[in-house]
Amino acid sequence: MASDVIYKTDDLIASDIDAYLDVHQHKSLLRFITCGSVDDGKSTLIGRLLYDSKMIFEDQLATLEADSKRMGTQGQEIDFALLVDGLAAEREQGITIDVAYRFFATEKRKFIVADCPGHEQYTRNMVTGASTADLAVILIDARKGVLVQTRRHSYLAKLLGIRNMVLAVNKMDLIDYDQDRYEAIVEEYMSFAASIGIDHFTAMPISGFKGDNITTESANTPWYHGPPLMAHLETVSLDHEGDQAKAFRMPVQWVNRPNLDFRGFSGQIATGTVHPGDAVRVLPSGKTSTINRIVTLDGDLTGAVAGQSVTLCFADEIDCSRGDVIATADNPPEVCDQFESTIVWMADDALIPGRAYWLKLGTQMVSATVQAPKYAVNVNTMEHMAAKTLELNAIGVAEISTDKPIVFEPYADNHTLGGFILIDKISNATVAAGMLHFSLRRAQNVHWQATDVSREAHAALKNQRPKILWFTGLSGSGKSTIANEVEKSLNLMNRHTFLLDGDNVRHGLNKDLGFTETDRIENIRRVGEVAKLMADAGLIVLTAFISPFRAERDMVRAMLPEGEFVEIFVETPLEVAEARDVKGLYKKARAGQLKNFTGIDSPYEAPEKPDIRVNTVEMTPAEAAEYIIRQLMPLK
Amino acid sequence: MTSTLTHLERLEAEAIHIMREVVAEAERPVMLYSVGKDSAVMLHLARKAFYPSPPPFPLLHVDTTWKFKAMYELREKAARDAGMELLVYQNPEAIGRGINPFDHGSLHTDMWKTEGLKQALDKYGFDVAFGGARRDEEKSRAKERIFSFRTATHGWDPKNQRPELWNLYNARKAKGESIRVFPISNWTELDIWQYIHLERIEIVPLYFSAPRPTVERNGMLLMVDDDRFQFNNGEMPVERSIRFRTLGCYPLTGAVESTASTLPEVIQEMLLSTTSERQGRAIDHDQAASMEKKKQEGYF
Repeated sequence: MASDVIYKTDDLIASDIDAYLDVHQHKSLLRFITCGSVDDGKSTLIGRLLYDSKMIFEDQLATLEADSKRMGTQGQEIDFALLVDGLAAEREQGITIDVAYRFFATEKRKFIVADCPGHEQYTRNMVTGASTADLAVILIDARKGVLVQTRRHSYLAKLLGIRNMVLAVNKMDLIDYDQDRYEAIVEEYMSFAASIGIDHFTAMPISGFKGDNITTESANTPWYHGPPLMAHLETVSLDHEGDQAKAFRMPVQWVNRPNLDFRGFSGQIATGTVHPGDAVRVLPSGKTSTINRIVTLDGDLTGAVAGQSVTLCFADEIDCSRGDVIATADNPPEVCDQFESTIVWMADDALIPGRAYWLKLGTQMVSATVQAPKYAVNVNTMEHMAAKTLELNAIGVAEISTDKPIVFEPYADNHTLGGFILIDKISNATVAAGMLHFSLRRAQNVHWQATDVSREAHAALKNQRPKILWFTGLSGSGKSTIANEVEKSLNLMNRHTFLLDGDNVRHGLNKDLGFTETDRIENIRRVGEVAKLMADAGLIVLTAFISPFRAERDMVRAMLPEGEFVEIFVETPLEVAEARDVKGLYKKARAGQLKNFTGIDSPYEAPEKPDIRVNTVEMTPAEAAEYIIRQLMPLK
Repeated sequence: MTSTLTHLERLEAEAIHIMREVVAEAERPVMLYSVGKDSAVMLHLARKAFYPSPPPFPLLHVDTTWKFKAMYELREKAARDAGMELLVYQNPEAIGRGINPFDHGSLHTDMWKTEGLKQALDKYGFDVAFGGARRDEEKSRAKERIFSFRTATHGWDPKNQRPELWNLYNARKAKGESIRVFPISNWTELDIWQYIHLERIEIVPLYFSAPRPTVERNGMLLMVDDDRFQFNNGEMPVERSIRFRTLGCYPLTGAVESTASTLPEVIQEMLLSTTSERQGRAIDHDQAASMEKKKQEGYF
C-alpha cells in the first residue's frame, strides 16, 4: 500500500517530545484548493490525504467504515469521500455544495485545503476557495481527459491569481497506468493552459483511491520521475514569501489610542517589509512620516514582513485613520475613483448597472456604481459575450466608479489592494467579488476645478441654508401637489427655491430614459446631481419623484452635507392612490398596457426612517404643506 | 532575504486581523468565554491584537452552574489579568426549574447554553460575538464561515451565509441581526496545544493529569467534582489518574486515564492517541449531523 509513510507516529513523538515540538513549531503553512467535479474523485483525494497523514482518528474511522457500508459508493471498501462531505443535505444529494476547509500536516508543513464544488452553478464557491489559495490542484479523470470543467476550473484559478498549478491526472488505476494516455492528456492541457496565460504547471499521474503517487512514488508508474503530490505540496513556494519582495503597504484597520501618550496604527502588512526608521507615506492624504516603533505584546520588533499583524507608531503626529494605507514613501500606490475590473456575481439578484453598492477593499468602505458590463466571459469557452447585466455566477469586465478616491493597486500586483467585494446596501448581502485591473485615464485627467465663490457664499447671499426636500411616494399620492404648496409658502417667506417635478424632467433632461429598473436609477441619479448643483448655488430644492428604491434615495443623501437632504414620505395606501388615479395610469397598468408601474408590477420601498412623514388620507394637501413647513423651521 | 512565517505566526496574524476588523466595524462586540483551552487562546490573541490597549470588549460567560470548580477559579483571574470586564449570565428559567445534567438530558444543554446564550446576547444588545469554534472539530463546522450571520431570532441558515473572499469580511447587518465570529476557525487541536506551549498561556489544571475521584458510566469516565453528583446504584467514586481533553459541564465531560502532567506530555499523548477530541462530549453522539442541527437552533 502506498500509505506506508506514516507522518504522525513519528519516532520523535514517543522518544523526545520536546524535540518534536521544536521541529513542528517551525512548520510553514500552505493553503490550496482542489478543483474537480463530483466524478473526478476530489473528495476521495482529500480523504486520502487526511488518511495518509494520519489525521483520521479511530472513532472517525469507525464512523467512516459504518457510513461506507450504509451509503458509500465503493462497495465494501472505505469511501474516503464520506469523510469530507459535511452538511446533511449534501450527504443526501451526494454532492459538495459549499466550500469546506480541511486540515492536515506533515513534517514540513501544515495544510489548509479548500474543498470546492465543481459544477458551474457553484462558480462562486470555487472563486471563494481560490481567493486564499497559494496552489490549485486541477483534477482530471484519466478516462475522460480535459473536459469543459477542467477549462473552467483552470480559468477561475488563473483569474484569482493562483501561481502554482498542479494537474493531477487521477484514476490512473482505471486505465492500467497507461503512460501514453497520460502524456496525451498533459499535452492537450498544455496547449489549453498556454491559451489562457498559464505558462507553468506541474503534472502528475495519481490514484486517490489506490494511493498512487500521493505520499510515495508509485511502483505502478516507473515512467514518472516527478515527486509525489505530498512532496510537491511540501516544497512549493508560498505567496507571502513573494509578497515580501514588493513595496511596503499596510491598510490601517484600527487606531490604537489607549491614552494621550500613545498613538499606534494597527493592521496586517499586505506586502513588503517595514523597519523603524523607514520613511512612509499615508494614502490618500500623501502626508509623510517615519516609522518610530513596531509595537507588539511581546516587545518592539526590529522589523516586520508581509502577513504579520502589527501596530506601527510614527515619529510625527500626522492624520491617519481606518481605511488609510501606510506605504513606502518613495513608491506609494495610486489613488483613483474609476477603474476597469473583473467582477464575479455571487447573488441571486442580478447586477443593476448604475445602482450604488458598498465596495470594501482592504479596510476601505466606499459607495460604488458598476457600469453595464463591457462583456461577460463564458467560463467554459472563455469567449467574450455581450451582456447588459451579470447574473448569479456570471463573470464580466466592467467599469466601476467610487464616490471618493480609494487607494489601490492592480490585483495582479497586490491581492489586498486590488481585490474587493460588493455589498447590497439594503440586504447587506455580499453580492460580488472583483479584481481591479487599472485606473481609467478619464478620472486621472479630470480634476476638480476650485472656484472662488463657495457654496457657503452662495447660501449666505440668499440668507438661507440650502436643502433638498425630497418627496417620495406612490404615483397619485400627492407629491407634486404638496411640493407645489410647500414651494408657494416658502416663496411667500422670501426663500429662494426651485421645484424639480418628475414628469417635467422627463420632458427634457431625462427624455431618453424609460421605466426599467436601470433607467429609473439613472433618472434619480441625474435628478440628484442637478438638485445638488442647485443646492450648491444656495437654493432650497424641492423634488417630486416616485423614487421607489431606498438605495437611490440614500445615494442622493450621501452626495450632500449632513442635514441638507430631507426625505419626505408622502404616505398613501396603494388602494387610495389607485382609487384616485388622477392620470388614469393605474387603470392602464392593471390592464397590462403599462409595464414596470410602481405598486403594481414594480416594487415601492417605503422609507424606514423618513425625516418627515405626511399621511394624505388624514391630511389635505394644504395641511400637509403647513405641517412640513413647521418641521423645517427655522430655515436659516 | 525572505523570512518564512511559521504556521502558528500566520494563524495568529489572521486571528488578530479578524478581531480588529470586528472592533472597527461592530457596534457592541463581546467575546464568549468558556474558560476552556480554546477560550484561553482567544483571550491571549485579543490581548495581542489591541496591545497596549486592553481588548475593547467584555468577556461573556454563559454559565450553566455545572462547570468544574477549577474553571470558575481561573475565570475571574483570567479576566482580571487581561484588564477586561467579565459578564456572567445564567438563564433564570433554568435556575428556576433546577435544570441539571443528571435529570434533564439534552434539555440541560438546550436551556443553559443555547437559550442562555440567546438571552444574554439580547439582554446586553451585543451585535457581534466572538466564539472559539474551530473547523476541524466536526464535519459541519468545516463549512462554517468565519463571520457567521444570524437572524434576529439567532437562527443559522446554512444556505444563506455570505461568501468570504481573501481577508475581506462583511460585517454589515440590519438592526436585531447579529454575527458570530470565529477567529481561530483555521486552527487545529494540535495548533492550539502548540500555541499554548509556545506562548505559555495559563490553562485550567484539569487539562493535566492528577489523581481525581471518578465514576465509570456508559463507557465514560466522569469526575465527581462536587456533592451534587448523583450516584447510581452500586456506584462508588474511584481515584484514578485522569485528565480532560475538553472541558464543559462536569457531569457531561468524559476524562481520559493518563499520567501526562506537563504540556509536552499532554501533546505527546494527543499525538499518539487514536480518538478525536469531541468523543469526550456527550452532545455529539446522538446522530451524524447533530451539531449541524444544534447550530440551526442557535447553539454556538
